[in-house]
Amino acid sequence: MFKSLAPPEFLAKIDQVKCIKCKRCIQNCGWSVYSWGGDKVLIDTYKCVNCLRCYHYCPEEAITIEDNPVRFRSNANWGFYNIRNIKRQAETGGIPLTGMGSDMPYPVIFDNLLLDACQVTNPSIDPLREPMELRTYLGKKPAKLEFEKGPDGKSKLKTKMPPQIKLEMPFIFAPMSYGSISLNAQKTLAMAAKELGIVMNTGEGGLHEEIYPFRGNVIVQVASGRFGVNADYLNAGVAVEIKIGQGAKPGIGGHLPGEKIPLDIAKTRMIPVGTDALSPAPQHDIYSIEDLRQLIFAIKEATNYTKPVSVKIAAVHNVAAIASGIVRAGADIVYIDGFRGGTGAAPVIIRDHLGIPIEHALAAVDERLRQEGIRNEASIIAAGGIRSSADAAKAIALGADAIAIGTAALITMGCTVCGKCYTGNCSWGITTQRPELTVRLDPEVYAERLINMIHAWSHELKEILGALGVNAIESLRGSRERLRGVGLDSQTLDILGVKPTGR
Amino acid sequence: MLTIDAKGTYYRRLNEQVREAIAKGEKELLLKNVNGQYYIGDGLKGEAMITIEGVPGNDLAAFMDGPTLIVKNNAQDNIGNTMNSGKVIVYGNVGDVLGYGMRGGKLHIRGDVGYRVGIHMKGYKKQIPVIIAGGTAGDFFGEYMAGGALILLNLENKKDGQIVGDYLGTGMHGGTIFIRGEVDKKLCGAEVGISDPNEEDIKFLTDYLKDYCKDFNLKLEDIMKVDFKKLTPASSRPYGNMYAY
Repeated sequence: MFKSLAPPEFLAKIDQVKCIKCKRCIQNCGWSVYSWGGDKVLIDTYKCVNCLRCYHYCPEEAITIEDNPVRFRSNANWGFYNIRNIKRQAETGGIPLTGMGSDMPYPVIFDNLLLDACQVTNPSIDPLREPMELRTYLGKKPAKLEFEKGPDGKSKLKTKMPPQIKLEMPFIFAPMSYGSISLNAQKTLAMAAKELGIVMNTGEGGLHEEIYPFRGNVIVQVASGRFGVNADYLNAGVAVEIKIGQGAKPGIGGHLPGEKIPLDIAKTRMIPVGTDALSPAPQHDIYSIEDLRQLIFAIKEATNYTKPVSVKIAAVHNVAAIASGIVRAGADIVYIDGFRGGTGAAPVIIRDHLGIPIEHALAAVDERLRQEGIRNEASIIAAGGIRSSADAAKAIALGADAIAIGTAALITMGCTVCGKCYTGNCSWGITTQRPELTVRLDPEVYAERLINMIHAWSHELKEILGALGVNAIESLRGSRERLRGVGLDSQTLDILGVKPTGR
Repeated sequence: MLTIDAKGTYYRRLNEQVREAIAKGEKELLLKNVNGQYYIGDGLKGEAMITIEGVPGNDLAAFMDGPTLIVKNNAQDNIGNTMNSGKVIVYGNVGDVLGYGMRGGKLHIRGDVGYRVGIHMKGYKKQIPVIIAGGTAGDFFGEYMAGGALILLNLENKKDGQIVGDYLGTGMHGGTIFIRGEVDKKLCGAEVGISDPNEEDIKFLTDYLKDYCKDFNLKLEDIMKVDFKKLTPASSRPYGNMYAY
């Protein structure tokens, strides 16, 4: 076997003077970069992904990871990854895979949007002194409310409310299946969701028995592979989600290779050990909006109309018309995943070149549903590259009811967005099933960090609301008047329904 | 036995009545004058036996887990969608997308089946989903099949080319398809291997066909007079070499 002509991206270096030969780097690296050479640690830098696990666990700060200065000759057209991927393809004949959301330098619209604040004429509110309402209900809202007089002469609500998901803050954890992430990572999400009064989502890999105790904070997902789906599963959580697409890989299926299906995952997915878990690109019982309606109501029948049904789609060109169809098909929630959304594994070429940004999709969908007078018929969840509470606030102002957090939640568990989730070697124990790696992720410890992070985001949201002079997240929802675009062209501003700064 | 007249009843009300009756412990139901109502048997659990007179609508027995449904007529699309256990017996023909993602139980169809039958059918532990069709099948029979068995009987003894459609077993990575009669290799996906059933297969077929014959008053010997072809995936990892890591 000859040396790969794709040079390593990173150089792992050990300062041999500082190194005490404790071998912790060897233990910690999931990619086997380090090995013991008898008298010193040997380094295979080709395997390094710069996840910094070794750096953090080196007691002597002896390790540094650098970008490899050896690059192909710089070329404005032929970038490093263009050349590198061709070399990899020449060597393997395969499709290069990647993990996480796209890292391509497409414009990030959130960074060109600014929020309003109160000055002089309308007082701002101090969230430390006055109550701020972040509570959010997801589900169909009636077009009108009817009241009747009860026997005691008091008015009471006559309208029967459709089922809702109650969230203490406008966040949910994005669907990440057991298989794509470890059970400990799922437990971390479930524990945090329960403590925070929000929800996590099983993804399409079924519901593990250890997540069952958290079922009051779980959305269960039904995707094309129907893994782990039966009548009990549909009734286990607070809502059911039909997964049509994912922002990172719109229009393509999923593929968990057989070697990543050990007994426990097979059990949860209800499939034999070692076979591929293939999720076909479409659900082959859904070829139209009418078919989607049929599945939505098959699920509603199976859950006796007690659970909201969500439909998750990737943000694509005609997303507004598609979302309108989804709402008319009877969905209670529309989950829109922008093209920057994360993934455990996707072909690079798909992740980086298909779909549209969540900012555009969200604005277009919210506007379309309002125009058609059906915005109350479904809640909107926005996802795909939400990095901070500011992104979340801007998305809510563009029309989202709640924000899905995936990558940001994993970052609290140690993830450094190295993008190698698909290898199954995650040194932090997140996107791996190797027991010696998953054991590192203690759900108790990391749930607390995740809770801290969501609390911090919630406080920031309250500060933003206070500055805007409103005391409920509901007052910001779809309020594009509180946004201004900076450095955006008039067409983009028009799509976003936002004025330019200064106007 | 409880009889429910489905005439003019919207599916939601009809299924509510069925659920209520079963919750009360009713073991045998007769649904009369069914005319296209969706979702009969959807998500139902337990041992109940439901006889349907008339043509039931789509998604019959979706997510069903235990009961037996008997349809005295034709039935439509999406029967046994993600079904977990139980049995559906249809005396006539059925439409498309039969047994999508089905994990267990039996679908016994006397007549023909449409397109996309048995897509992503699975097996799990002792659960072996089995679809037996007496007639012929359309395209995409057993696509993405991951487990269980599809048995196509061609009882009218139609000739090769008329028994089953194109894209047979495309993406198949588990389970077995048995076809009574000859199978043209060019109909199959690249992932499929064709062979003659071995002794164990014949025993499997005999066991399941006995039950089928009982449902429709057929003779097992008549069926076994014609040889079967067995289709299995060439690999449980059909796309193993597709990616560069």
